[in-house]
Amino acid sequence: MSHQQIDQFAHRLDKGVRDSVLGGSAAGTEKRRQVLFGDLPNADSLRALAGRIKQHTLEHLDRYLEAAEERLIDNGAKVHFAWDAASACQQVETLLRERGVRQVTKSKTMVSEEIELNRHLAEKGFDLVETDLGEFIVQLDGDHPSHVVKPIIHKNRSQIAKTFERCGLGDYNDDPETITRRAREYMRRKYLSAEASITGANFVSAESGRLCIVTNEGNSRFGLAGARVHIALVGIEKLVPDDRSLSLMLNLLGRSATGQNLTVYTEFIRGPRQPEAISGPEEMHVIFVNAGRTETLASDCREILRCIRCGACMNVCPVYRQSSGHAYRSVYPGPLGAVLSPLLAGSARFAEFADLPKASSLCGACNEVCPVDIPIPDLLLRLRDRAHREHAPAAFDDAPNLKPWAMLAKSPAAWRMSLRAANMLNIVPLGFLPFGPLGRWTSQRTLPSWRGGRYRQWAAERKKQKNNPS
Amino acid sequence: MNDRARIFSAINDALTPLQERAALPELDPAQWVCPSRLTEGGSWEDFRRNFEAVNGTFLTSFEALSRLLRDANATEGYADPGLLEELPETFRDGLTLHETIDRGSIDRYAFGITRAHAAIAESGTVILRDLDTPDRLAALAPWIHITLVAKEALFSNVTEAIDDLGEDPNTVWVTGPSKTADVEGILIEGVHGPGIQVCLPI
Ligand code: SF4
Repeated sequence: MSHQQIDQFAHRLDKGVRDSVLGGSAAGTEKRRQVLFGDLPNADSLRALAGRIKQHTLEHLDRYLEAAEERLIDNGAKVHFAWDAASACQQVETLLRERGVRQVTKSKTMVSEEIELNRHLAEKGFDLVETDLGEFIVQLDGDHPSHVVKPIIHKNRSQIAKTFERCGLGDYNDDPETITRRAREYMRRKYLSAEASITGANFVSAESGRLCIVTNEGNSRFGLAGARVHIALVGIEKLVPDDRSLSLMLNLLGRSATGQNLTVYTEFIRGPRQPEAISGPEEMHVIFVNAGRTETLASDCREILRCIRCGACMNVCPVYRQSSGHAYRSVYPGPLGAVLSPLLAGSARFAEFADLPKASSLCGACNEVCPVDIPIPDLLLRLRDRAHREHAPAAFDDAPNLKPWAMLAKSPAAWRMSLRAANMLNIVPLGFLPFGPLGRWTSQRTLPSWRGGRYRQWAAERKKQKNNPS
Repeated sequence: MNDRARIFSAINDALTPLQERAALPELDPAQWVCPSRLTEGGSWEDFRRNFEAVNGTFLTSFEALSRLLRDANATEGYADPGLLEELPETFRDGLTLHETIDRGSIDRYAFGITRAHAAIAESGTVILRDLDTPDRLAALAPWIHITLVAKEALFSNVTEAIDDLGEDPNTVWVTGPSKTADVEGILIEGVHGPGIQVCLPI
């Protein structure tokens, strides 16, 4: 078996999980493509345009972040900044504590996964419930999401039914409709009793300070209808210059993520509710989180910060489909994670994830579906190069030693001899090739018959004929 | 240095070495209007088709709405007090209408009737604003959510609706019933919000 961690994980993967991930990620790929190109025949140029808008925003982040901050303050929101995970968790805790909040609802936010907010708040005694159905199940299981849009793609209905039974949410019943209704009943009490609701944001418009949050379930909306305090955790890369850009991004996001022209609930939040409104938070806090983003911005892979978390790249990735999201050992799986995780880990921990950029066949499918046209294969190559330059041990797992090849290639005589000797390959069975990575490679593959040296032979004969035309 | 100063300083350090910075491209929103969704010129007919495609229930009369509520056995619900005048007597007969939502017993409301600010033909979306929807819960807690929207308040496409966002602190676009496909990719409607989303232009 391979020494690469991701291959080992895939090898050990339970068959049920593999089938769920494979089926779940492949399903709908064609539909998403049809919806995107059926609705927007010029989708490829729109993807490029969206990419340029995000690239521009990132390269002027100082200006846009400051503008968004000003707008939000004008609109009555409070704005905070968190350098790293510890600071972000601490600030959320302080906001909750100062307001006497114990019960909290939270809708899906990937940045909260990065900073491990749930663990932090649970340790401090807060009662936090995830309201997105998939995230709720992940929370009940003490598990982690394995896809940015479909958090429980790795679970089947029977596992979920067992979880509900274990957690007192009814007798075993694996009917998806029953599972959903039970979550609905449980969650509405929580929405109404929670004093605060935590969300992320898909986009923030620097022009208006508007946060844009999309969900299909309506959980974020319900959470914010019930609570009096809203805390939004937002990565600093979530900005777009203006509301018009939002219109393009929304048109691409739903179609790329789930094949919908728009997600069911698309919320635009400028600030706290008006005094005369009956429901909605009286207080709104936005925490802009860095957690490794500025270091990524300084790298030659800053394009990855354009990502709008649609999940399309993981759905089409042959490595993700076979190995599952958890194989990437980090919050972000798939091609996105193979680039982003080593970068967000920062220079101090880059080496830990230096094998991830190798988890790709460089087929380019991820780039073809990315709504912001991130050149993921190029970024993977840059990171492979960096891992080699920094001598990160994980980058060398299973990498064949090229020194003997280099020696042969440098000596014409040795090269000629080796070409002839390699004819043995046609006689010796592949399974007899004993050594390391090559042996592991050939154990699952066949080779075409060896024809090495034919060209030289042909060229030599031709030369002879030319010299002696008869 | 506090976190804010640290972040801005790090952004500065990251961007200063860039010799060139990407320019903001020209945006022409006509490029992302979907012609195949607007075959009737951005009319209510387009809205109906696109709204029904996301399992929305499009109705054109209060009689049809009465039938829907009767079939669903829904007799008790919420109606925005500002809309009571718009509801014909014959429609109200036999219904118990509350003008507020009691958070202690939200399950008693089988339906909620609220005013939509507008609708979007291209996407089959209804637009709810805090200014027009006094209690957000009315559009979320009941199984059936009914939006009444003025016939003249129809945007052709998404960009027109974005341009109209204005000053309201909270606007939500609703495109069909609340739904999930988290369990094995199987579509289930009515997760947290309404399972039936009705739109009736008035
Ligand atoms: S990298 Fe592109 S395709 Fe992948 S999740 Fe991000 S936006 Fe989507």
